[in-house]
Amino acid sequence: MAYSEKLVDHYENPRNVGSFDKGDDSVGTGLVGAPACGDVMKLQIKVSPEGLIEDAKFKTFGCGSAIASSSLVTEWVKGKSLDEAATIKNTDIAQHLALPPVKIHCSVLAEDAIKAAIADYKAKHGQS
Amino acid sequence: MADGNSDQIGGEVRPNIQLPIYLDYQATTPLDPRVLDAMMPYFTGKFGNPHSRSHSYGWDAEEAVEASREQVAKLIGADPREIIFTSGATESNNLAIKGVALFNKDRRNEIVTVVTEHKCVLDTCRHLEQEGFKVTYLTVKTNGLIDLDELRAAVNDKTVLVSVMAVNNEIGVIQPIAEIAKIAHEKGALFHTDAAQAAGKIPLDVNAMGIDLMSISGHKIYGPKGIGALYVRRKPRVRLVAQMNGGGQERGMRSGTLSPALCVGIGEACRIAREEMAAEAVRLDALAHRFHDKVKAKLPDVFLNGDETQRIPGNLNLSFAYVEGESLIMGIKDLAVSSGSACTSASLEPSYVLRALGVEEELAHTSIRFGFGRFTTEAEIDYAAETIIARVSKLREMSPLWEMVQDGIDIKSIQWADH
Repeated sequence: MAYSEKLVDHYENPRNVGSFDKGDDSVGTGLVGAPACGDVMKLQIKVSPEGLIEDAKFKTFGCGSAIASSSLVTEWVKGKSLDEAATIKNTDIAQHLALPPVKIHCSVLAEDAIKAAIADYKAKHGQS
Repeated sequence: MADGNSDQIGGEVRPNIQLPIYLDYQATTPLDPRVLDAMMPYFTGKFGNPHSRSHSYGWDAEEAVEASREQVAKLIGADPREIIFTSGATESNNLAIKGVALFNKDRRNEIVTVVTEHKCVLDTCRHLEQEGFKVTYLTVKTNGLIDLDELRAAVNDKTVLVSVMAVNNEIGVIQPIAEIAKIAHEKGALFHTDAAQAAGKIPLDVNAMGIDLMSISGHKIYGPKGIGALYVRRKPRVRLVAQMNGGGQERGMRSGTLSPALCVGIGEACRIAREEMAAEAVRLDALAHRFHDKVKAKLPDVFLNGDETQRIPGNLNLSFAYVEGESLIMGIKDLAVSSGSACTSASLEPSYVLRALGVEEELAHTSIRFGFGRFTTEAEIDYAAETIIARVSKLREMSPLWEMVQDGIDIKSIQWADH
């Protein structure tokens, strides 16, 4: 399968691989997917007291498209407010990386991951 | 990197290795140069139709075809008159299974086969089910081998054919062919084996093993693509309905003009295989162990799929836990391997063979088939092992599953989303 240059670049040089302390109050963690379907994404955001995402990290078990999708999302969310980050659409990810049709689910998973991380952070802070 | 002259891994300059390294010998093999040499005259000068009876062009071509038939027969202990040339193992399997089933349909209408068979056997059986045959698909044990008691229970006096592959194409395990044949014969059924991955790799003797029909492929044994053979026993005679009608070539079982060049190719490939099989098996076994040992020494949680001893030496199907197979293949472009998982197809399903073994889905997603063959070198093995070790380590560093396991979390205790 021929992949786009951007996708291969994110796969070969993934941005923001790593983990924050889950217990840290300023951190929101999203864990989505399932090992049995071959995709698991863990995406974490670190939120400043002003409510801006100042850093993001990911770890992904999945195909190259899944790794690239999560890597891209960590770049996109940085500097955004939680509400802004929540507007990231899987279609934007798929378009940016030129995902082939059978890989669209990877971008859906990345969107789910960021939403889950935001929800986790909000839950920690008593927001809905 | 891929200039094919020299390569650097960890600052070490490598000798001449052509990249990507071909490690997919179960998919196909390159033509042995000796095979090509034998074939060449039959494309141009000796181009006759082997079925022409009125001139030397035809006679020469026929002589070459018959000499090749003898080479194929010799490899499996058969009589040359029992060898039918076909276009490949897929056609041989179709002809054997459909041919025998249809010939005997008024007498017996059940077939027994195995869930891990090649798609062309399974698909042929599915087709016969639509035609009214009853097919039993045996499961396999976790080592990939069938349970002979389960076979015994499945075969009855309505069974016309038992079809079990000699060697599995994904995991390389060798089924107990002689015992299977015996069980089939006890109930009066015929025994067919798809030996595409076995012929030329392990000793086969149709009489000693009680084989009634056997499919062989040219291009799996360093011969050309586009030709195969079907062994059809003469004593006692196995009869089948031809699937290709026409001029009645190949004793009426497979009409169509033979290609002398291709016949010579598979014949020469069989001759070389017969003469070199024993030495080649020892060499491939050493290469496979060298690769496996190197990988195991550097990477924990690597699992071999399929029985550890009942296997051909040129195949290793390994699961690298906590790393997804397709991303691994993407990262090892220097190695031409295939994923046990069919993730590259639209199905996104892990291999049906590994699932049949009961390999957990998460592990089935992480498997790679390494196939070693006649032209694999030690230097290639070393390069491949280092490439795999480096990439698996890198992917594990970014795997949330690997992280959880390192933190002592049981992945199975987590409530994963539905899929």
